[in-house]
Amino acid sequence: MNVVKWARSKSPWIIHFNTGSCNGCDIEVVAALTPKFDLERFGVLLKGSPRHADVIVVTGPVTNQVKERLKRVYEQMPSPKFVMAIGTCACSGGVFKDCYNLCQGVDKVIPVDIYVPGCAASPEAIIDGAAKLLKKISG
Amino acid sequence: MDEERVIIPIGPQHPALKEPMNFMLKVEGEKVLEAIPNLGYNHRGIEKAATVRTYIQNLYLAERICGICSIAHVQCYAQGVEKLLEMEIPPRAQYVRLILSELNRLHSHLLWVGVAAHEIGFDTLFMYLWRDREIVMDTLELITGNRVSYGFTMLGGVRRDISPDMAARVKKEMKTVRDRTQYYKKMSSNERSILKRTQGVGILKPQDALALCACGPTLRASNIKWDVRREDPYLAYNEIPFNVVTSDGCDVLSRMIVHYDEVIEATNIIEYALDHMPSGSFREKVTRRIPAGEVVSRVEAPRGEDIHYIKSNGTDKPERFKVRAPTLGNIPAVCKMLSDSYIADVPIILAGIDPCFSCTDRVTFVKGEMGKGWIWTQEELRRYANRWYQQR
Repeated sequence: MNVVKWARSKSPWIIHFNTGSCNGCDIEVVAALTPKFDLERFGVLLKGSPRHADVIVVTGPVTNQVKERLKRVYEQMPSPKFVMAIGTCACSGGVFKDCYNLCQGVDKVIPVDIYVPGCAASPEAIIDGAAKLLKKISG
Repeated sequence: MDEERVIIPIGPQHPALKEPMNFMLKVEGEKVLEAIPNLGYNHRGIEKAATVRTYIQNLYLAERICGICSIAHVQCYAQGVEKLLEMEIPPRAQYVRLILSELNRLHSHLLWVGVAAHEIGFDTLFMYLWRDREIVMDTLELITGNRVSYGFTMLGGVRRDISPDMAARVKKEMKTVRDRTQYYKKMSSNERSILKRTQGVGILKPQDALALCACGPTLRASNIKWDVRREDPYLAYNEIPFNVVTSDGCDVLSRMIVHYDEVIEATNIIEYALDHMPSGSFREKVTRRIPAGEVVSRVEAPRGEDIHYIKSNGTDKPERFKVRAPTLGNIPAVCKMLSDSYIADVPIILAGIDPCFSCTDRVTFVKGEMGKGWIWTQEELRRYANRWYQQR
């Protein structure tokens, strides 16, 4: 493993973006970062700006109004960048499937690396997804 | 001028916590002159979707309007449908639902105070509160089997009962939560850094709160005693003694204190309800077809008054479904709070009404005279705010 990859896999900073989620997955993402589940032990840190982030964590089924914003946020991130789709909505639309204002999933707008299903995705599932992503990053 | 702001062009289903939303702030120097909200990023079309799903499927849809007040929304919906059916759910089911509603309030309030602490740069308190919130989440998981969306409330009752073992465990946990909350309350009302950032910030005077139709803890922190649980009792709230908590500071600090006090009050309600649970069945069978008619149902969600309107045409699907979520009612109030405040206070004022913006959501600044704008993420704004206060 070269040193860049090693460094990258030790500090995957994330940006969290809500694209029309019901908040269920959002609070679970935050819960996964807080003391009980403590995702931060993997070096994961929640950042506010896409320019600081390696991983974009997307929750929600992507509404039409937020679609362009999601693309823009994704484009602002420095490469290499990774996308985690958290929750069934972000994976496929979930309970909101066939609603008129939706794109039915994040992968219709930007490429997705890790899908974490569940309604809402539990912190355990998010940690599992994060571990799989880390494996992918360190390749 | 204020009355114009009350008209909101597009209402997303629930512009609450962690959701993308946009405010235009007109500023002059450090002062905010005017705030114009821009909603609609979260519009998923739930009201339309509800009309092509059956009443039972809509239970799950209503639960997913908001993942934090999930119990409140599904309770409001189920209560409305039961009113159309002209049925009373069994007393035990009422108590189980009531306990669930209060647990819901507990975790939502702890979450909010944590977020508020994060907004003023007090991350230690944020982490402590979220640690203690996990106690409540474990309790909810114990009773319902899920952490966020429970699928627990059914038309005509609830899915499962609360056993004596569970009740004993819940009571033990409630004591822990209450003790810790009392400590946090004492700490928050004396800690200098919290007082400096919250006292006198985001003032909403009682007459403004009434005029702008604020609701929930925001209204009660402006010293107005209004709570749907007391004014229009549903479930078994008229059988249970509880106080409607108010505070007269009208600022963010009193909102914090009201949240703490409501947490303490909710633990008392849960303990009382567990002690006085009637026996009997916890669910009744209902028909799939709902008689024609229309109904307005309201509950006190953690964030305030939640209103659902359901119109039935006698089939198994509703003809019209409409939701007025509490945060929508608080938007005009937050615009009022924002005008004439400092930029550095914007994050905590916005958080003060208990929505939570997605960190990437932008706040656009337009300079009062020049019309020149720049864009900040909320995180940048938060950092700016904390720096500004350090320098003072």
